[in-house]
Amino acid sequence: MAYLSKFSFKFYQIIFLILPATLLGEAADYNMSVGVTEVSREIFDLHMLIFWVCVWIGVVVFGIMFWSLWKYRKSKGAVAADFDDNFWLEIGWTVAATLILVVIAVPSTQVMVKAYDDAEGEINIMVTGHQWKWHYKYLEDDISFFSNLSTDPEQIYNKMPKGEFYLKEVDEPLVIPINKRIRFLITGNDVIHSWWVPDFAVKQDAIPGFINTAWTNVPEPGIYRGNCTELCGIRHAFMPVVVRAVEQEEYDAWVVEKVMLAEQEKLLTSKEWTTEELFERGEGFYQTNCVACHQVNGQGIPPVFPALEGSQITLNDAPRQIEILMEGVQGAAMASYAGYSEVDIAAVITYTRQAWSNGENGDGVIVTPQDIVAYKNKTEL
Amino acid sequence: MSTVVETHDHGHHGPAKGLTRWLYTTNHKDIGTLYLWFSCLMLFIGGSMAMVIRAELFQPGLQIVEPEFFNQMTTNHGLIMVFGVIMPAFVGLANWMLPMQIGAPDMALPRLNNLSFWLLPMAFGILISTLFMPEGGPNFGWTFYAPLSTTYAPSTVNYFIFSVHIMGISSILGSINIITTIFNMRAPGMTLMKMPLFVWSWLITAYLLIAVMPVLAGVVTMMLMDINFGTSFFNAGGGGDPVLFQHVFWFFGHPEVYIMILPAFGIASHIIETFSRKPIFGYTSMVYAMSSIAILSFVVWAHHMFTVGMPLAGELFFMYSTMLIAIPTGVKVFNWIATMYRGSITFETPMLFAIAFVALFTIGGFSGLMLAIVPADFQYHDTYFVVAHFHYVLVPGSLFGIIAGVYYWLPKWTGNMYDETLGQLHFWLTFISVNLTFFPMHFVGLAGMPRRYPDYALQFADFNMVISVGAFLFGITQLLLVFIVIKSIRAGKKAKPEVWEGAGELGLEWTLESPAPYHTFTVQPQVK
Amino acid sequence: MFAFGWALVPIYDVFCEITGLNGKVTGPSYLSETSQDMTVHREVLIQFMTHNNESMPWTFKSEKVQMRIKTGSQQEAMFVFENTTEKEMTGQVIPSVSPGRGAEFFHKTECFCFEQQTLAAGERIELPVRFIVDPALPKEIGSLSLGYTLFDITDQLKRNQELAKL
Repeated sequence: MAYLSKFSFKFYQIIFLILPATLLGEAADYNMSVGVTEVSREIFDLHMLIFWVCVWIGVVVFGIMFWSLWKYRKSKGAVAADFDDNFWLEIGWTVAATLILVVIAVPSTQVMVKAYDDAEGEINIMVTGHQWKWHYKYLEDDISFFSNLSTDPEQIYNKMPKGEFYLKEVDEPLVIPINKRIRFLITGNDVIHSWWVPDFAVKQDAIPGFINTAWTNVPEPGIYRGNCTELCGIRHAFMPVVVRAVEQEEYDAWVVEKVMLAEQEKLLTSKEWTTEELFERGEGFYQTNCVACHQVNGQGIPPVFPALEGSQITLNDAPRQIEILMEGVQGAAMASYAGYSEVDIAAVITYTRQAWSNGENGDGVIVTPQDIVAYKNKTEL
Repeated sequence: MSTVVETHDHGHHGPAKGLTRWLYTTNHKDIGTLYLWFSCLMLFIGGSMAMVIRAELFQPGLQIVEPEFFNQMTTNHGLIMVFGVIMPAFVGLANWMLPMQIGAPDMALPRLNNLSFWLLPMAFGILISTLFMPEGGPNFGWTFYAPLSTTYAPSTVNYFIFSVHIMGISSILGSINIITTIFNMRAPGMTLMKMPLFVWSWLITAYLLIAVMPVLAGVVTMMLMDINFGTSFFNAGGGGDPVLFQHVFWFFGHPEVYIMILPAFGIASHIIETFSRKPIFGYTSMVYAMSSIAILSFVVWAHHMFTVGMPLAGELFFMYSTMLIAIPTGVKVFNWIATMYRGSITFETPMLFAIAFVALFTIGGFSGLMLAIVPADFQYHDTYFVVAHFHYVLVPGSLFGIIAGVYYWLPKWTGNMYDETLGQLHFWLTFISVNLTFFPMHFVGLAGMPRRYPDYALQFADFNMVISVGAFLFGITQLLLVFIVIKSIRAGKKAKPEVWEGAGELGLEWTLESPAPYHTFTVQPQVK
Repeated sequence: MFAFGWALVPIYDVFCEITGLNGKVTGPSYLSETSQDMTVHREVLIQFMTHNNESMPWTFKSEKVQMRIKTGSQQEAMFVFENTTEKEMTGQVIPSVSPGRGAEFFHKTECFCFEQQTLAAGERIELPVRFIVDPALPKEIGSLSLGYTLFDITDQLKRNQELAKL
């Protein structure tokens, strides 16, 4: 509840200072992010230019209006003049408006052309919007992974205090090196999403069946956070973008580590797993990937998201459960998780078959990574 | 026989009694009243949805509603406000005022008029009923982008499509009626360039409606076929294109935006000239400005979709064409101010709303200009900055125009003056709360809060709280409007025929007695 | 205007084909004579991205992720399709070229995306894309990215066949 009192304090502050918003704190709270890239800075300058043009037009226009309202009020005995047009005045302000627009259009076009640079990228990353997570695939290296919201659902449902990066944190951020030309190839898996990182001034729609491109070149290391900005369904607000820009050496090390981890993951598949190990690993996977829809307590949100606790599939039909995880459910929100490792899939299946009351009421069948491999082999016949 | 003769004694019929008066009416005043009350009801339904949205956004975290229901609220709020409030209210004002302003006894097609009103409750009955179905109502945003609204939509989308079809038919029939009335029933001597500006604004609006409502009908029919009959207009897998949906939708959607503002231009012009006691400045340029806005509205649609990946040339074209719209719009604002200049101004409630309309609509215009700049739009697009922009043009723009019109013509309708003190109170409360609600949206939008989010990062918390408080105040304040209107229907200082000082020379409606008799201008007046 | 709304569909297709809007590329196309005569060839990077839409379970991969080629020369890239399920399925690949204005310079003489692919359970095939990049490709375009999205249209086909029977 501590944050509540903080809000009410701020609230009064704002009520009294609503217009001089500049007094409130950092510009990032009420103005566009300057960003870190060349393009984002130019866009910011452009934004401020148009803003000030509008402010000055506003000052002049509203100034004349309020002055007229004041000066020619009837209570002061103003008598209406009798004129209803003035040819040159009308031509004058039409021309003036046109000139102002030209002044704005020129720099806008220049920035535009720069943002639309189609040169080759040094690193190419395919970004795919899924309901409701991002998938990143590095074209040069054999790396690909999903990036999920990592904020604890307890925070979202106000059962625990919210962290500093509430709704702006992911389990695995996109990692890019600094001072490299990065080209993003953006597409969508199901509905239209939109990939936005304000600090790069990159916002591109992720449209199923189409590839859009965007590029950036980040000069400073740091963590940059963004959002999905095209309504994509229930969890539209819960699929943030986080990009970690690092020095080249760190990036290289990350690539090596990432490739190695993938190898290890393959080894893990052949290992003999105990129920407890699977349960533990499955719980972690479930917290990241499943709770959003099926909820922590496995009750789901019927009718859209079915309950897992007490479901005939999780209780008594392990083969069908494997099939659902691998193939998804047609026409429903359940997607295929075949892109994840065998270990993760086996673990999460085992977890949902053991958790809540399912362990007591179900047939207790454990699914191991080998079962998933067997499923894959069977279907590859 | 004798009774028949008696009822004809006074030369005209009064309205029928009871419910059938409203069900069967072909009287333009009755139908206007129906439209206005319908729109008022919808304002409160759509408004309560906004209250749900703001209550959820009062603090970060999910407190009151689940995201699924939140999406239904944003979608239905948008649809109801656009199709159920702003458009019917303007049609209601047109029904009441157009015949009286052009000296006609009624609308040209009175039975069609009845039909086009009674279609609306059906349409919205269907739309709102979906909220009570197990799968819930439409949840894909009022712009219903495919494939979220086709492949991924709840099955209630079919009701939504049907409802949009009915709304479209209603609007088209209404427009046909308005155009026919304006062209055929003007009093002798009233040439096109002598028509009141409200009539002009509606003539242009009616043409826009006839031009674009069928396109909307087309796009929802394509959706219907994609969903139920296996076509692939918007499904990439079958060779279709989701972006095509956006092009067709916005080809309807942008002219629609001007449909919702042009009649307000007309109303504001009348009010400003009345209370400045000075004829409108630059009548001719006002007409040309409205016409050019209408024409330009057909070539700017893709500025709603700068981030879909259009080629550079396309982006630049739509940026320039959008910027062009600022010119006629600017001309209108300058004209209004020039009308005030050297007038003799009083500040009754309609004038206050009209002044606020000019000022706040202009702010919405400024943010519109900013949004037109493509590179900057990459940062603004789909954030609260956009929400702030279109609420500034629709609430203190269109809605203030409507409220101003209601106050302005209310004494003519009821025969009683409204309570001026309460009117002023209503204005100031509305003015303060509207800015409290929508101005901070610019800040959160620029700072990076995307729209249609049921939950948000902590940095946006303070402003969202202010916005919510403003929204609640705005919502409650509108109850005052209903009270004032009902009070004026029941009693009040009797209004003179000209109602406002000197208005008698400004339009034919002010030559009629107050309240306007059930049948007016049965003998056409002469316009010099 | 209702008819016009519908006419927007073919108008849009034609418009996209001319301008390359959205990187739409449809049937096979060949080099125009003038660009065949162009002798200035340069290197350009071609990237292939494959993506399975939604829950399409097939394996769908390009053999090479990127290749550096010369404009004006016939090229070939191989793609692997594998139906990993136990039932017969039909897929359709939807191509997309980025940047969109590069689409008109990317001439495909053969592509698996021209037709639907029906694979029996467990079947695996390799199919080529044969293409020529127009020497007239503007030099600002440093690389062409070709996205291929594989859609599962089995159910849709079935439904259409049922509808056709009615």
